[in-house]
Amino acid sequence: MSKRRVVVTGLGTINPLGNNVADSWEKLINGDSGIDYITSFDTEDLPVKFAGEVKGFDANEYMGKQHARKLDRSSHLSIYATEKALKDAGLDTKNRLGPNVGIVLGTGIGGISTTEQAVRTFDERGASRINPLAITQLMPNSSTGQVAIKFGIEGPSLTITTACAASANAVGEAKNMIQNGVVDMVIAGGTESGTTSMTIGAFSQIRALSTNNENPKEACRPFDKERDGFVMGEGSTVLVMESEESALSRGARIYGYVAGYGSTTDAYHITAPAEGGKGAVVAMQKAIADAGLTKDEVDYINAHGTSTPANDKNETAAIKTVFGERAYEIDISSTKSMTGHLLGGGGAFEAMVSVLTLKNGVIPPTINLNNPDEECDLKYTPNNAIKKELSTAMSNSFGFGGHNGVLVFKKD
Amino acid sequence: METNEVFEKVKGLFVEDLGIDESKVTMDAKLEEDLEIDSLGIVEVVMAFEDEFDIEIDDEELADVSTVGQAVNLLHSKI
Repeated sequence: MSKRRVVVTGLGTINPLGNNVADSWEKLINGDSGIDYITSFDTEDLPVKFAGEVKGFDANEYMGKQHARKLDRSSHLSIYATEKALKDAGLDTKNRLGPNVGIVLGTGIGGISTTEQAVRTFDERGASRINPLAITQLMPNSSTGQVAIKFGIEGPSLTITTACAASANAVGEAKNMIQNGVVDMVIAGGTESGTTSMTIGAFSQIRALSTNNENPKEACRPFDKERDGFVMGEGSTVLVMESEESALSRGARIYGYVAGYGSTTDAYHITAPAEGGKGAVVAMQKAIADAGLTKDEVDYINAHGTSTPANDKNETAAIKTVFGERAYEIDISSTKSMTGHLLGGGGAFEAMVSVLTLKNGVIPPTINLNNPDEECDLKYTPNNAIKKELSTAMSNSFGFGGHNGVLVFKKD
Repeated sequence: METNEVFEKVKGLFVEDLGIDESKVTMDAKLEEDLEIDSLGIVEVVMAFEDEFDIEIDDEELADVSTVGQAVNLLHSKI
């Protein structure tokens, strides 16, 4: 029996580039950066003063203060993105989605701003003054639960916390759930709002962040010789995924197919990628095989491309190992150059970008790539988008912990 | 402090701090059904009362409180 095919029928996003799919896509293909100086808190004591923040979103206005104040910002963003995705898929958000719909969301650090605030309150005023809603806001599965409550999603639910691979894993696990007939539809995606003072400070301590405070928009420069770390970003992206039969039977518009998924673990080091991206190589190979393709059939790679010295070099090496000489022919780009690193929200955003790249026939660029590193010598679509009809795309996501999540998409 | 003054302060807390619609906050309003304050929300409300009126409220004292009016009377008796 052939496997059920899995399609994407709805997209919703809120991210540093825009608060809907159309604005985000326009900025991506224009090569605009969503990175800027941090405005949500004082950065005076921090070595890094910029990030990719979501702009112009007021949760109190969106969902009412009484509801908004019970949720962490990461959940505000995921509810917003989900509502947009459901409407985009032509689903009625007033009705409960019921037990034949599942939800799989990824997040790196859950409600970290709530955690920080609760610790401050505890230190300043003692245990009896801690926000009684702190636990329900900070737990990593809070967004999954809150989105399920909001839209009546009663099928299986999972929260995946594989750091920066989390929402790629979420999309992949959702694909398997549908393919295996567990449910016909899954709301899959990721959310992150880790642009907080403690988080920026802590990531700085491991020298993971770019410190280009003079030019925030040029700070994220994947594959460039001058790259000096990633840029923190926040946002949520949600995909409505369903079986092809389900989409066809309800006459839904099909964006594209989630065709393959590969997941591996480096089992090597908690932050550094295995030399040559060994775990990433196998994840890419497994995703391509799962899609029923050969390595000669991948047209585009949305790279993990974080702009850290280690990732970009090892990811490049891994791509060469997987594709051999053909690695030099494949169009690649890192859209993190424009969004920053959305951590647990990144994989789903880049899944969306991959689907839109195929559908629209335009490859978004890697911006700030002016002087490529010698060890990064592939076709990274520097600075300008390219119009090109493509059939298949691959999206790489790798997370601290050694987690590798690779997705393969088909146009039809 | 008169009962109506306590009510006005309670109303202020509900509206300003908890984001509850002002028109819903009446003496007869039921905390759970009308104001959508659930079991987690009650803990917040108690904290807000304690801070505002500089008192301590034991859990047992809340057993008979299910409306705004009952909360106001409890607070009035403690300040």
